[in-house]
Amino acid sequence: MENQPILRVEHVGKTYYKNRVLKDVSFTLNKGSILGLVGENGAGKSTLMNILFGMSVIAETGGYEGKIFVDGAEVLFLRPKDALSAGIGMVHQEFSLIPGFTVTENILLNRESLHHNITEEVFGERLATLDREDMKKRASLAIQKLNVDLDGETLISELPVGYKQFTEIAREISSSRTRILVLDEPTAVLTESEAEILLKSMRNLADAGIAIIFISHRLDEVLSICDKIVVLRDGEVVLDTKVGETSVRGMANAMVGRQTKRIEQTKAVKDENAKVLLEVNNLWVDMPGETVRDVSLRVMQGEIYGISGLAGQGKLGIANGIMGLMLAGGSVIFDGKPLQLNAPSESLAAGITAVSEDRRGVGLLLEESIEWNIIFSALQNQSGFLKPILGGLLHIRDEKRIEACAKQYVKDLEIRCTSEKQKVQELSGGNQQKVCLAKAFETNPKLLFVAEPTRGIDVGAKALVLDALRKYNRENGMTIIMISSELEELRSICDRIAITDRGSIAGVLPASAPSEDFGLLMMGKVDQVEVSA
Amino acid sequence: MKTTKSEHLKFFFIRNAVPLLFFTISALAIPLSGFSLAYLFEELLIRLSRNAFLVLSLLIPILAGMGLNFGMVLGAMAGQIGFIFVANWNIVGTQGLLLAAIISTPIAILLGWMCGIVLNKARGREMVTAFILAFFMNGVYQLVVLYLFGSVVPISNTDLVLSRGYGIRNVTNLEGMRNSLDNLIPLTLGGVGIPLATFILIGLLCLFIVWFRKTKLGQDMRATGEDLAVARSAGIRVLPTRILAIIISTVLAAYGQIIFLQTVGTMNTYNSHEQVGVFAIAAILVGGATVSKASITNVFVGIILFHLMFIVSPTAGKVLFGDAQVGEYFRVFISYGVIALALVLHAWRRQSDKDRARARFRNTSSAT
Repeated sequence: MENQPILRVEHVGKTYYKNRVLKDVSFTLNKGSILGLVGENGAGKSTLMNILFGMSVIAETGGYEGKIFVDGAEVLFLRPKDALSAGIGMVHQEFSLIPGFTVTENILLNRESLHHNITEEVFGERLATLDREDMKKRASLAIQKLNVDLDGETLISELPVGYKQFTEIAREISSSRTRILVLDEPTAVLTESEAEILLKSMRNLADAGIAIIFISHRLDEVLSICDKIVVLRDGEVVLDTKVGETSVRGMANAMVGRQTKRIEQTKAVKDENAKVLLEVNNLWVDMPGETVRDVSLRVMQGEIYGISGLAGQGKLGIANGIMGLMLAGGSVIFDGKPLQLNAPSESLAAGITAVSEDRRGVGLLLEESIEWNIIFSALQNQSGFLKPILGGLLHIRDEKRIEACAKQYVKDLEIRCTSEKQKVQELSGGNQQKVCLAKAFETNPKLLFVAEPTRGIDVGAKALVLDALRKYNRENGMTIIMISSELEELRSICDRIAITDRGSIAGVLPASAPSEDFGLLMMGKVDQVEVSA
Repeated sequence: MKTTKSEHLKFFFIRNAVPLLFFTISALAIPLSGFSLAYLFEELLIRLSRNAFLVLSLLIPILAGMGLNFGMVLGAMAGQIGFIFVANWNIVGTQGLLLAAIISTPIAILLGWMCGIVLNKARGREMVTAFILAFFMNGVYQLVVLYLFGSVVPISNTDLVLSRGYGIRNVTNLEGMRNSLDNLIPLTLGGVGIPLATFILIGLLCLFIVWFRKTKLGQDMRATGEDLAVARSAGIRVLPTRILAIIISTVLAAYGQIIFLQTVGTMNTYNSHEQVGVFAIAAILVGGATVSKASITNVFVGIILFHLMFIVSPTAGKVLFGDAQVGEYFRVFISYGVIALALVLHAWRRQSDKDRARARFRNTSSAT
């Protein structure tokens, strides 16, 4: 290995609107070596890669601190094009392939081989015709480097997911400039055999001299292939080590470990004879980006059940599927009766309510008043807040009761507003969330789904939201399923927590289990955790 | 998922619903109309030579993913302005046509460029935007031709100008140029005059389009049309590429309108361009094209089927209902109807394609 690292990142930091997401990140990458970059969602991996790839969002939000060196020379990328010409290639999680084009056309997109002719002299290069033979050769050369079996003439739309990934990588390496290749969770969508092929081809590429940054949640993959591992947590490098010097458990610990934090005592262990309120068997939900493949779980009456897991592993899909908002299948038994899926009104009528993770999009009528928002679901679905007029011929809204109800919630949940007539869009995120909760509480559900209730709200509001949930659980016996990516928050309020991985439940642990066990479940290392049912 | 034979057949009918419908209507109406096949052949030949160039001009924006270019009306306006100048200078024959084409080219480029910029601001809603833009530009065209020609723009030929001294008359006579291209290379087959030179031009345009698809620019347009974001991230300058597609289409439409009007011989100064877009678009849709996919075959099949119906429906209507007006009414109704039908089919097909893709994804992913 040469002395000069091909990439050197020094003291890089980044804030978004005063919110610090990266702090003093430094690492180096040598030619022909593979660096594993590991971290929870929100640990700052994406931001770091956005900086490295010169995404415009970085410059638009005030640039970054620190320095980046490629081949010893300092670089500043303002556009992805700059990073490309410096030899950095990136394969994103979402495919950027053109479905109606063949593999070859995609690999050589905008770098096609051309026949040179007269029109080109007159009108410029764009009127030269494509040299399909040469394109075929160049594409198959790139495919050979990857050492996979991929036909250049197949349409992308007809390829299985794994091979789309290979096409993307082939595109990056077909560009002779590419010396640093960033792979953002390339194995997340692959089957095991495909992942194996990919890991092998990565090794081939590294041996050919390309430096690779490999972002993955699959810790055993990282261990098996990388030369070096960097673990990020809350925007800081918490572990920077050679591969031989750590273990899966060590990495998991570094990722989630916040042992110093005291966890609030949860409620006493449940009564053994508690009734099962919700039983889910083999649920699948077709939610783009949060696909649920095979989920089975049992939630007891009166418990607060947490669901966590990394982004895209299906935790959000579960609630949307049971509420009938996304196409779903499988069996759901609620309160002893089978629940019809794909019918939102059925779920609501059965007494299930959800607080959506998409607060502003689905959760609220932004241009309406607080009181309207609070009573909306109850009025629409349970004909609450109506009074008969003309001897019961018509029903109109009972404004007095609506106002009284809204006033009560404003007081109970400490919604900061000028009055209950204020428009919801004028409220802060935390107060909007409280309105969402009030709306859900007012339907008086037997089971309440709450998805990401504390996302994007400040600490004070967070505590209030969690307190409100706890209070309704204890005092009204409302069963709550809380879905959150913030594990610590779940551990402070839930009785049990399920972790999703690849669209299934990897395991269910009591909230008091050690945090590294949760980390291991998230990473798909089920065998290393003793799971209690 | 294996597709069965019956599914295959169903698929074929769904994909070709519009052409099949038109084929059936024509097949029923031809015997009713009582026209001889020789007559129909001659009529179709004339209509092909008139319309093919105009309809072909639609292909490139479809390639670039901009849908059916209702903005081709702008090109037709440019062609007509060229004609007004040529008629003013009393230039006749093919020289007149050539000069009209030369004059209309910069106007069409300018209008196309402008249209392209507007459409880039209305991505995803190109068709309705271009449709309304054509209405707006119709107003501008009227202002120019009705008020500025003869007052600001000197028009010396008094036959063209309204009696008040400025503005062009309703009908512009193109007698001197009538059929001058069609008859450039005289050819008669079995008593039927064949407009050979026109067809040679149309053939050349087809060759141009075939060649154009193979160029780097054509490939860039295909990529832009398939997925704008991906094309952009690959470094293709997508917005200028889209503007180029519209400019090419507008210029071709200008030439198409010139060819169209020379076979007619007179020009309705204020109306000739209005229906051009709707009829050309209806024709290409009848030929089996969709908003996102069209071929040269679609163009010719479409013109033949669409105009066959135009020819036979008035007489068939007369036989059936005793009133030729019914057939007349029928053809306007049909051209808008087919556009609406094609757009609905397109939306429905895209949705069902999406659903199928999701279903396939579910099957494969749950299998692993």
